[in-house]
Amino acid sequence: MISTHNLSLNIGQRKLIADLNWRVRDGECWSVIGRNGAGKSTLLRTLAGLRTPDAGRVDIGDRPIADWPLAELARQRAFLAQSRSDAFSYSVIETVLSARHPYHGNRYWEDSDDHAAAIKALEAMEVADLAERDVRTLSGGERQRVAIAAMLAQDTPLLLLDEPANALDLAHQVSVMGLLARLCREQAKTAVMIGHDLTLAHGVSTHALLLMGDGRWLAGTTAEVMRADILGEYLGHPIDIIQHGKRSIFIPKEDIA
Amino acid sequence: MHSFSRNLRQRATVILIGLALLALASLVFSGMTGSVSIPLSDIPAAVNELLHGQSTTLASTLVELRVSRATTAFVTGASLSLAGVMMQALLRNPLADPYVLGISGGASVGALAALLFMCAAWVVDASAFAGAVIVSMMLYLLARRDLRGGTAAEGGTSTLLLTGAILLSACMALVTLMLSIAPESRLRSMVFWMIGDLSGAPLRWLPWIVLGGALAFALRNARAMNVMALHAEAASTLGIRIGALRKGLFFISGLLTASAVTNAGSIGFVGLIVPHACRFAVGPDHRVLIPAAALAGGTFLLLADTLARTIIAPQQLPVGVVTALIGAPVFLYQLHRLRK
Repeated sequence: MISTHNLSLNIGQRKLIADLNWRVRDGECWSVIGRNGAGKSTLLRTLAGLRTPDAGRVDIGDRPIADWPLAELARQRAFLAQSRSDAFSYSVIETVLSARHPYHGNRYWEDSDDHAAAIKALEAMEVADLAERDVRTLSGGERQRVAIAAMLAQDTPLLLLDEPANALDLAHQVSVMGLLARLCREQAKTAVMIGHDLTLAHGVSTHALLLMGDGRWLAGTTAEVMRADILGEYLGHPIDIIQHGKRSIFIPKEDIA
Repeated sequence: MHSFSRNLRQRATVILIGLALLALASLVFSGMTGSVSIPLSDIPAAVNELLHGQSTTLASTLVELRVSRATTAFVTGASLSLAGVMMQALLRNPLADPYVLGISGGASVGALAALLFMCAAWVVDASAFAGAVIVSMMLYLLARRDLRGGTAAEGGTSTLLLTGAILLSACMALVTLMLSIAPESRLRSMVFWMIGDLSGAPLRWLPWIVLGGALAFALRNARAMNVMALHAEAASTLGIRIGALRKGLFFISGLLTASAVTNAGSIGFVGLIVPHACRFAVGPDHRVLIPAAALAGGTFLLLADTLARTIIAPQQLPVGVVTALIGAPVFLYQLHRLRK
């Protein structure tokens, strides 16, 4: 679905990622893990085409991202930004309908298909009752769910999510992440997401990409790379993994102070 | 669900027809009102005479004068209001107005310089337009980063906004300089130009052509403007060419501002409060907002100008005074209601 070839990303003089050769296949669900400032968001923005790589390239399908027409690309991948600022009083339903833009061609108004897709996405995110609300009056978690609903309404095979669990309460963290895992498993969608909750990431992801922030990286299945020693090294803090039934619980080791 | 898009369309149609009728009614009202009022029943006859290219009666002569001034007011108001909507979408800030980037400041410097040297009226207009164009070009060169095309749209429009604010204050310093060295005899015309005055404005086709072109551009890009207003930089992941759209909005709104300011001086508040009021009344969806704001802006300035030339008749006020006197309290009231 998406692959990188000798991709390098720098911020100023600092090398964040060097020679990333990475392939994400259809139906896989990847978590990108690393410390603050390790280049997770920079990588995701590059994958979305919002930033040009400092070296190497990103391919979506078999085509370099720069060769895709923007409108066609918008039907291939959706991007959830880390934060949003709402300057105008659009309603929730208008926000979600705007994500149908890539399907409109030259039509001036949306039609009932778009409306049905928007309502379905709002229902999936449990915010259908907020449809007429002004987005600027929503709470942080409600706004985040509306943003994810917009992404679902865009109806793309590839989903790029920068901290989707941000601002969500416990129940919605679980349900949103569960939904993403289901989309990958049942509809062969592909997801690449950033998250700081290792337990949640391990529960929904099939693969993980670890970033060191100095150019080093490690990619593999969650079983291969989400090990206590590796995670401890990449996150700069020792990690304990506790088995609880079928689940692995990741907790930071307590400081011996 | 089938009725959804039909409802949207019906609502838009009703709003726009309503506003168009209001504009027409204001035009008739403005033709009737003045130092000599003409009864409504005489209007059809006068219009009929005008359409046949002859104005013999007093009524038709007055109607011709008033209507030509009223249409100039309309096109100026519509241009300013549309420029406001576009500038607000470009900067993603509902408090932006067509003057915020200093384009009107450049026009003021040009016009005042021409007035200072007692140039002919057309030189004043040309010089105002040239001033607006020069400031636009400087802005474009200095803030190119924010208007760059291509897929990779990084950052917002803060460079553009700050550069514009600085250029505006530089222009205002030049204006103050010229006002302070100007001889008494020319001061009045200079101050009137600054406030915005329609009394000398002739009927011209050019502002209509600019308005028509800008409206076509804005309607074509109305959906893209919605996406950009909502999603900022991430709009490019929805297929919007942000750089090209920003450039288009920048140049077209600059052209509208230059055209309006050249026509009637820098009339304040129309570009700020009319888009604001329209957004409040019809919602922020640009597909309805753009035509609604153009119609409402034109109607607002037409009525304000009718008031300006009748309220202390036979003396005429500059229309900018009226828009500011109405605009400031209305805006504060809106803001107060919004915050509650």
